Amino acid sequence: MAENDVKVLGSWPSPYVLRVRIALHLKSVNYEHIEENLLESKSELLLKSNPVFKKVPVLIHGDKLICESLIIVQYIDEVWLFAPSILPSDAYERANSRFLAAYVDDKLSPALRGALAAESEDAKKATIAQLEEGLVLLEEKFRKLSKGEAFFGGDNIGYLDIAIDSLLVWIQVVEKFSEKKLLNEAKTPCLLEWAYRFSSHAAVKDVLARG
Amino acid sequence: MVEVEIAKSMAEEVKLFKTWSTPFGLRVVWALKLKGIPYEAIDEDLSNKSALLLQYNPVYKKVPVLVHNGKPISESLVILEYIDETWKQNPLLPQDPLEKARERFWAKFNDEKLLQSIWGVFAKEGKEREEAMAASMENLKFVEEELKGKKFFGGEKIGLADITFGWLANLICVFEEVTGLKMIDERFPLLLAWIQEFSQHPIIKDAGPPHDKLVIKYQALYEKFHPAK
Repeated sequence: MAENDVKVLGSWPSPYVLRVRIALHLKSVNYEHIEENLLESKSELLLKSNPVFKKVPVLIHGDKLICESLIIVQYIDEVWLFAPSILPSDAYERANSRFLAAYVDDKLSPALRGALAAESEDAKKATIAQLEEGLVLLEEKFRKLSKGEAFFGGDNIGYLDIAIDSLLVWIQVVEKFSEKKLLNEAKTPCLLEWAYRFSSHAAVKDVLARG
Repeated sequence: MVEVEIAKSMAEEVKLFKTWSTPFGLRVVWALKLKGIPYEAIDEDLSNKSALLLQYNPVYKKVPVLVHNGKPISESLVILEYIDETWKQNPLLPQDPLEKARERFWAKFNDEKLLQSIWGVFAKEGKEREEAMAASMENLKFVEEELKGKKFFGGEKIGLADITFGWLANLICVFEEVTGLKMIDERFPLLLAWIQEFSQHPIIKDAGPPHDKLVIKYQALYEKFHPAK
């Protein structure tokens, strides 16, 4: 597919934009990245492409516009049908992946941001406790879903791996500011290793290198 | 022969944990009925959650939960997609990836924006309520726009987005009655037409909780949020 058929309206280093770019890299789809500067007022293109949410990422595929990172990732998986598959083939495993991805976005990411914004020590402690509980849950799910392989998706990155990546960015920030290791050997050894493997995966590294 | 019969009936054991009034549970009821899937409904008392519910949804401890052959699935939108992928008759999502993305987008919009803003009108007071009302109007305009040239959000047939927006058909009138505030009026002719079509659909018509019972419930809730001064 010609490069100008697929564009990603994004912003470095939005973790949600990263999801889309990783998915495109996994499928070896060439695309043009259009950088939106989120510190300035929103561009005409963004307001036209996503009038409802006015947010990045937006996938522009020919004349088609697709918004919301996880919806875009599923779209990519359904359009470029060749391997590797991003979502699992089994309906129940797909449901599990979708459930946990939604959990990351609805509960864990806001909790991470909350931990940074917390005004009192107590509020901070409460959100961090919530986070730790959530990460222990993901640790348990990893052991179950990966079936001994390297990623949530098995031997290759899948939907849930891509969804959780957004957490990694925020976790690093919170760890810096709270001086607390959220991913640690004691409680989340598998996640810790997974995080390293994920960041080292070719599709992820290429995206980060491309900038 | 008997073994096959038993295996068949075991293969399709479907249970739905919900409450009598939850709009999220009602979505799943609609989906199951539209596809003609037999199921057992278990109405929970949320002030006294059953051990089974807590076992099936340890993360959120909420309804609805669908249990298919002993395997639990939580979160209504996840359940709807699971149902659509498992039982292929009367599809809720189209085949085309762009159209699928569009349905998912509007479902997300409903749950993250529209519902929140309208709930704000119901539950908040003063300036917060005014802001929620303004946001609701803006959100409803987007929905109205999306209905241009369509009978349902899914086109000619009810789809995922219709089911997700479906609470507008049976719950908005309850909110309007209880709050005395009109939210969907003549500014939204397409939405009003859609509400008619959707609520008169033979499957949807008798599937929901009775209007009067909902009014009593939400009236009580409203009084909690807005205690008489």
